[in-house]
Order: sequence, then C-alpha cells, then structure tokens
Amino acid sequence: MASHLPPRPTPQQHQADAGGMAADDHHHGPRGLMRWLLTTNHKEIGTLYLIFSLTMFFIGGIFAMVVRAELFQPGLQLVQPEFFNQMTTMHGLIMVFGAVMPAFVGLANWMVPLQIGAPDMALPRLNNFSFWLLPVAFALLLSTLVMPGGAPNFGWTFYAPLSTTYAPPSTTFFIFSLHLAGISSILGAINIIATILNLRTPSMRMMDMPLFVWTWLITAFLLIAVMPVLAGVITMMLLDINFGTSFFNAAGGGDPVLFQHLFWFFGHPEVYIMILPAFGIVSVIIPTFARKRLFGYASMVYATASIAILSFLVWAHHMFVVGLPLVAELFFMYSTMLIAVPTGVKVFNWITTLFRGSLTFEPPMLFALAFVVLFTIGGFSGLMLAISPADFQYHDTYFVVAHFHYVLVPGAVFAIMAAVYYWLPKWTGHYPHTRLSQWHFWLSVIGVNLTFFPMHFAGLAGMPRRIPDYALQFADFNMITSIGAFMFGASQLLFVAVVVLCVRRGEKAPAKAWDGAEDLEWTVPSPAPLHTFETPPHFEPHRH
Amino acid sequence: MVGQRSDDTRREIRRTVAKTLVALVGMCVFAFALVPLYDVFCQVTGLNGKTSNQAQALAHEAVDQDRVVTMQFITRGSPGLPWSLEAHTRQVRVHPGQSAEVHFSFENLGDQASVARAVPSVTPSQASLHLRKLACFCFQNQRLAPGERFEAPLVFQLTRDLPADIKTVTLVYTLYRQDAAPSRGKGTSTRGGDA
Repeated sequence: MASHLPPRPTPQQHQADAGGMAADDHHHGPRGLMRWLLTTNHKEIGTLYLIFSLTMFFIGGIFAMVVRAELFQPGLQLVQPEFFNQMTTMHGLIMVFGAVMPAFVGLANWMVPLQIGAPDMALPRLNNFSFWLLPVAFALLLSTLVMPGGAPNFGWTFYAPLSTTYAPPSTTFFIFSLHLAGISSILGAINIIATILNLRTPSMRMMDMPLFVWTWLITAFLLIAVMPVLAGVITMMLLDINFGTSFFNAAGGGDPVLFQHLFWFFGHPEVYIMILPAFGIVSVIIPTFARKRLFGYASMVYATASIAILSFLVWAHHMFVVGLPLVAELFFMYSTMLIAVPTGVKVFNWITTLFRGSLTFEPPMLFALAFVVLFTIGGFSGLMLAISPADFQYHDTYFVVAHFHYVLVPGAVFAIMAAVYYWLPKWTGHYPHTRLSQWHFWLSVIGVNLTFFPMHFAGLAGMPRRIPDYALQFADFNMITSIGAFMFGASQLLFVAVVVLCVRRGEKAPAKAWDGAEDLEWTVPSPAPLHTFETPPHFEPHRH
Repeated sequence: MVGQRSDDTRREIRRTVAKTLVALVGMCVFAFALVPLYDVFCQVTGLNGKTSNQAQALAHEAVDQDRVVTMQFITRGSPGLPWSLEAHTRQVRVHPGQSAEVHFSFENLGDQASVARAVPSVTPSQASLHLRKLACFCFQNQRLAPGERFEAPLVFQLTRDLPADIKTVTLVYTLYRQDAAPSRGKGTSTRGGDA
C-alpha cells in the first residue's frame, strides 16, 4: 500500500514553499478587511466561502427552528400563517443557494487545486468576484424580511402564479438576488472547469484525478447547463410582474404549467448539483479510513456522468399531478427509476471498499458512513416517489419533505461536515477535538433521524407540506420531529465549537494527517502554506 | 504566483473559458427558446388542453351511434372582473362525429364597461385535438356595458378519432379581463398561446 503513495516533497521544496509564502506576504499589500475583500488566493477564498456557508446554514437553521416551533403543537401559537410561509420559503432558498452550494464551491476552491497539484484556480480574480457576489445576493434576499408585504412566501420552488400574480412586492428583490447568486455559481463553475482541465500536474491524467475533482467537474458542467435556465425563468417572472408580459399568465395567453416545466428542468439537475460533490467527498474519505483503494474507480466516474445525463430527462416526476398524459407519466417514472442504477453502483462500490478494510472511525469516517446509510434511505423514498400512481398519494405531503431532507441533510450536509473534519488538519494544522466531534456526530445523527423519520409517517398519513397548522392526528409525529429539530439545531453549535477550537489549538497534524490518505494535498505541510505547488508536483498515477 | 504560468497554459485556459461561455450562451438561448417550443409542442400534441382559437370547419364524417361521450361545461370568473358567465346546459351527451350547440350567457354585474375573454381549457388534454369548434364566443373579446347581458352559442363537434378510453370531456371557460390586463408576452406565440 505504502509503495503506491505519492512521494513526499523534499525538504527543499518545503522551504521553497515556506520562503515563497513569506516573501509573497510582504508584497501582498492590503491587510485586515481589505485583504479579504481583495484576495485572489484560492485558499482564502475557499475559507470565505465556507464561513459564508456556515453563517447561512445558521440563518436558514433559525428559520427552520421557527417553523418547527410553530408545528410543535397543532393550532397557531407563535407566528401568523403569512410569516410561516415566509419562513419555509426563506429556509429553503437560504439552505439551497446560500448554504449547500457555497459550501461545495468553498471546498472546491480549497481542495481542487491542492488535489490536482495546481498553484491556484485558473481565474483567481474572477474567483474573488464570484465569492463577493454572494454576500450581496443574500443580504438582498434577507432584507426582504423587513420590507412592506414581507419576504417571498411562495415556497422555494416559487411556482407561478403564486410568485407572479399573487406575489409580495419584494419578489423583484428575490429575483435580483437569485440572479446574483446564479451568476456567482456560473462564474465559479467556469473557473473550476478551467482549473481542472488545464492546471493538472503534468503526469495526472483525467482518470487519475481524485473523485472529488471528478464529481466537481461534472457538477460544474451541470451548473453551466442549468443555471441559465433558472436565470431565464426568473427573468420571465420579472417581465410578467413588472413589464406586463404573460409568460405564465393564463389571462394573457401564457401557461402556468410552463413555469413548472422550466423550473424543474433547472431544478432536477440542481438537486444533483447538491449531491454529486458529496459523492466525491465520500469516495475520497471511505478509502482513506478503510485503508484500501476505492473499489471501482472507473465505474464511479461513469456512474456520476450517467446520473448527470439522466438528470435532464426526469424533471416531470415533480409534476406527476399536473395532468400529464399516460405516456409521459410512464416515461418519467421509468427514467427516474433508471437513476437508481448508477446510484446503486456507487453505494455498492462504497460498501465493497469497506469490505475487509482496516476500518477506523475518526470523525470524517463517522459522517461518511452515516452518509452512506442515511442517503440510501433518502434514495429509497425517492424511488417510492418515482412510482407515478403512488405519487398521486404522496405528492405535496410530508413524505416528500422527509425524502428530500434525507438526501440533503444527512446526505449533502453530512458530506460537507465529513469534508470539513477530513480537511481541517490540512487547513489549520490541528486535528479537530475528537471527543467533541464525536458528541457532535452522535447528537446530529440522532437529531436528524428524530427530525425526519417521523415525517415519512405523517406524510403517508396525509399531512400536507407548507401548512402552519394541522389536524390533531399528526400531533405526536410533529412533536417528535420538532424535538429532533431543536436537538439537531443545537448540536450544530458544537460543530462551530470544534471548528473554532481547531483553528486555535489542538493536536498538531503532520503533512499526511490521516494514515490512509493518498491524494496530493497530503504532500504539502499542515497547515497548508498560502502558496503551494508553484512548481507542478511529481505525481505517480495510482493504479485504480 | 499566476505570473509563472506559461503562455501555453494561458492559451489553453482562454480556450476552455471561451468554450464554456459558448455553452453558457447556448443554454441561455435554449432557455428562452423553450417557451415557443413548448407552445408548438402543445399545439401539435394538444397536451395543455388548449383548443384552436379560430372557427374550424365541420368534419364530415358519419356519426358514431354506438359511442356516447359526456361533454361537461364549467365556467369560472376571475378576481377583479365583476362578470358572470353561465352555461345554460351543464352537460350534454353526444355521439362522436355529431355536432351540438350549447348556449352561454355573459353578464356584467359591475358599474363600469369592461372587456374580457373566456379562455377555454379541455380535460383530459388529449381530447383537445379532437374537439372542433364551429362557432365560439371564445374567439374574440367581449365588451359589456354595465349591467349588459349577452348570450352566445358554442357549436362544437367531437371527431370520431377521439381515443376510445375517453368517456367524458370537460370544457372549462375562465373569464379573464382584457382591457386593464397586461399585453401579450413576446415569448408566447399568438396561435398556440391563447383560446
């Protein structure tokens, strides 16, 4: 095993790196706030993205807590239905566009250049711009909460005519904010593609790249393909609202169903944008802590690409009840089920990698294992929803809420946390506090299941989503869910504590912080100096 | 740090960025092209339940006496328009191939003259291709003075090639205000777009 490891850089290289860093720091110019505002360094921008994402995670989390507090008991206790709707909408928008996506972009900024042996991203100034669009976008979005008429209240899917004819006046701000976030994503994606395709260290072929890099490359292509569709849809909304067009207005000859088709043509690839990098992270972490090569590297790459391609052919499974003809119901049902095949290949490969491995259960591994189990539960409920005749029953119930929270929270969010635990030693030079991380993990895992598992039952029993009050028979499930949600929310404070502690002190981590870690990032010192790989490192292809 | 990049690498990066930008612009165009494409697709397949917005000729075919299809009529108003639209007959039973006439009445209950149009929608949507309208009030806007009442016929025919599994066809008319209403979207085609 050890013989396959990429060679450690020589001490001279280290000194050169460190020297370069010190020298560069002198002419780096601005300090303090301006340094962060003007930075073009991929590591600093990555850090900015991650801090931004964590902030948004907590803001979106507070909105979720408001929702769960209201739903703790039947009847209206804390908030008015109008405000409740604003909370569900803002929670969804902030978590999707403000927390999960920027977290993955931040991880890509930090780790893609390190994993492919590049000195920085291909377009460093653009990188700075794409980050700083985000605080502006989300400040705009959050400002709608204090506007007359309130924040957007039509759900994160903003279906017309709820988001056009019946929308609050702040919708125009929402559209502008989403435009900015979309531009940021597109620029980030262009940058990542340019980096991966052009800046790999010379001996690294495409099929030698770590899977996190591969999955991000495919994700970036998805972003380029669907973000313009989102931009188009919200532009049409803008025109309908402010300029009297009738794209989605039946009175003027438009069609509200067209909105749903366009939205989900963007929306379904979007959900894979939020999960493919998670697949990559887990595919990097599991081999490290199983001390084995990843089983089926090539099939992982092909499975990821297949999922990405299929994601363009399944959008109408979100719209089984709009009145599709039978043929379309069947087509979208079968094409959706087809996605279970490449996804199954991935789960199989992870499990086979674990099989007879020398497993240890460090915090990143705990989160990665929880990801495999809990994401698969979310995948299975997705299969149930794919069955078109059954979907008529499940549609717009809490079963759907349970499904997508299972794939997004113990799916995407756990993968992000696994990645943070995995790479914290590289970022800070310290290991995260073990005991505290374990508390964080176990409280999160129990909290998540307590929150989202009962939602399946409430949904199957017929509880509709997006309601501030509900029938009495759902009371027990909702109380359990709310208790779980408070527990999960509170345990994330531990996560902040772990990260802050890890930045300040902790057990010193060597360059290769994890025993079985093999990718290029583990050849640079911990913490990684500001500038790395100024000369392309030597890379010995793994035999995948 | 970036200064060390060779000219080759810079050129490669520029080329990659140019390609992704082309793809990006292509997708932007595609996103807006989806609107007319959707209209054409729906017009060809009848999938969104819209019917033709001009009078069609009677299809001369023998009446299929063995089949009976229930034709239902539903009317709906819309907010901001104090009109009523009523179908005199809520449902008729017709044979495919046969033409039938039903009457609707419009009434302006408000105190101002206004212009509106009844926009039709057919369920199941597959039936819309087989519903021929020989005369319909839905082909043009109606203008009603305050308190004015107006009666109009609908003459239609369900053609014999109506799929055999369709036993009931529902035709919904929704009233939409046209005078204060926003003008038409550039993106929606005039033909498939309305009525």
